[in-house]
Amino acid sequence: MSAVLPHYRNPVPPILFSMALAMLLTWLPWHGWALALRPDFIAVVLLYWTTHTPHKVGISTAWFVGLLADVADASLFGQHALAYSALALGSSIFKRRILMLDLSQQTMQVFPLLLVNYLVFAAIDWVAQGHFAWSYLPGCVTSALLWLPLTLLLQALSRPRAPKADSL
Amino acid sequence: MDNAQPVRFFKRGYPPPVRFAFFALLSMFLLVVDVRFRTLDTIRYGLSVLVQPVQRALSLPFSSLHDAREYLYTQSSLIRHSEELQRQLDSDSARLSQLQALTAENLQLRKLLELRDRAEFRSQLAEIIYAEKDVFRRRIFLDKGTQADIRAGQVVMDTNGIVGQITRVYPLMSEVTLVTDKDQAVPVEVLRNGLRTVVFGSGDIDHLTIRYTPVSSDIQQGDLLMTSGIDGIYPPGLPVARVIRIERDASYPFARILCAPIAEVDQYRHLLILTGQTPLPAAPEPLPDEPALGKRKVKKP
Repeated sequence: MSAVLPHYRNPVPPILFSMALAMLLTWLPWHGWALALRPDFIAVVLLYWTTHTPHKVGISTAWFVGLLADVADASLFGQHALAYSALALGSSIFKRRILMLDLSQQTMQVFPLLLVNYLVFAAIDWVAQGHFAWSYLPGCVTSALLWLPLTLLLQALSRPRAPKADSL
Repeated sequence: MDNAQPVRFFKRGYPPPVRFAFFALLSMFLLVVDVRFRTLDTIRYGLSVLVQPVQRALSLPFSSLHDAREYLYTQSSLIRHSEELQRQLDSDSARLSQLQALTAENLQLRKLLELRDRAEFRSQLAEIIYAEKDVFRRRIFLDKGTQADIRAGQVVMDTNGIVGQITRVYPLMSEVTLVTDKDQAVPVEVLRNGLRTVVFGSGDIDHLTIRYTPVSSDIQQGDLLMTSGIDGIYPPGLPVARVIRIERDASYPFARILCAPIAEVDQYRHLLILTGQTPLPAAPEPLPDEPALGKRKVKKP
């Protein structure tokens, strides 16, 4: 594993830190249209780590993080968990394709995955509550838009002094 | 490319689809258990102890901003406010003395008729610490939980009327389901003529509906609906809603009646939790006392 990522520092502290920060951002008291436009911070951060460090963050981590999100959101137990594990599965399938493209093109590759994440979440809502949560759809778009700044930020975080040489 | 294609000398665990299938099944199981049996509340309790302090800390800057704004009220507005309150107090005290006389008279009459006394209830003041983000399920969280002897099923009201019912209690907070929530039902009676009916939440914060009331029933626009106290959960005589529109369509057996809730949930920070109610004697056929939150089939008469 260490041979795979020669320049990287131990990725665990940035992972934990960014996850915690994403959760805090999600728990801020959002209201009205700000809530409708709120990006799914946790999903984007998860997606970043599942694509960039798949050996550390996988479906099981995504599932557990989803469970925490369920508690915080008072949504059904397993709702976020299922959505995030679907997201992690998607990223494990498409991670090569995403990382192959440069940053500006990645947004369009990430959007479908986030859409699937949203659809799983909304489908569970639909089955359990009987209405479709349209109100979260714009948040899906803003999540995809968040990908670019977040990637830049987290890359800066995870390898502060690494040479430019990407192992890609 | 070696980042994305790990060398498979050693097999590490199961392939992603298998893992996903496992976790998907696990989540499905949790979902079904949560929806059907609601037995996961203890796990929620445990995790909420971890989550809740963080949430409170996060909402702190916003609430302190609110407090600061209140602190910076101008003097004139305070004077005006206090005058208004004084006037209100004067008129209220006159009505209150009248009410005391009426209460005494009522008590005497009830004694004469050997009716049960109206149940007394205590109340606890609680503060809203957190409003749920889901647009359809507008639940709110109060800062009193099991530590303040709050139990699921207790009634929450503001100064005007019924706000909702406690549905989940955590160690340091409790979750309130609003009367306007979808399929939340409150047994009420019309103040004007005592007609008993049930008012249902519509999922919209401004509206309640009365569903299964015949077209011919005597309900008028502007009628005040009070809790009837028949279910033993809501104490009698608390205002719930006012009728704002009635549609009587002869082709449909029931009238469509739209009401507006009296309580103003999204305006205040403080609410009252009614505790210490004396329970009614057990009904002849005891119903399973689950909180009226989950899917419940309403039998059409």
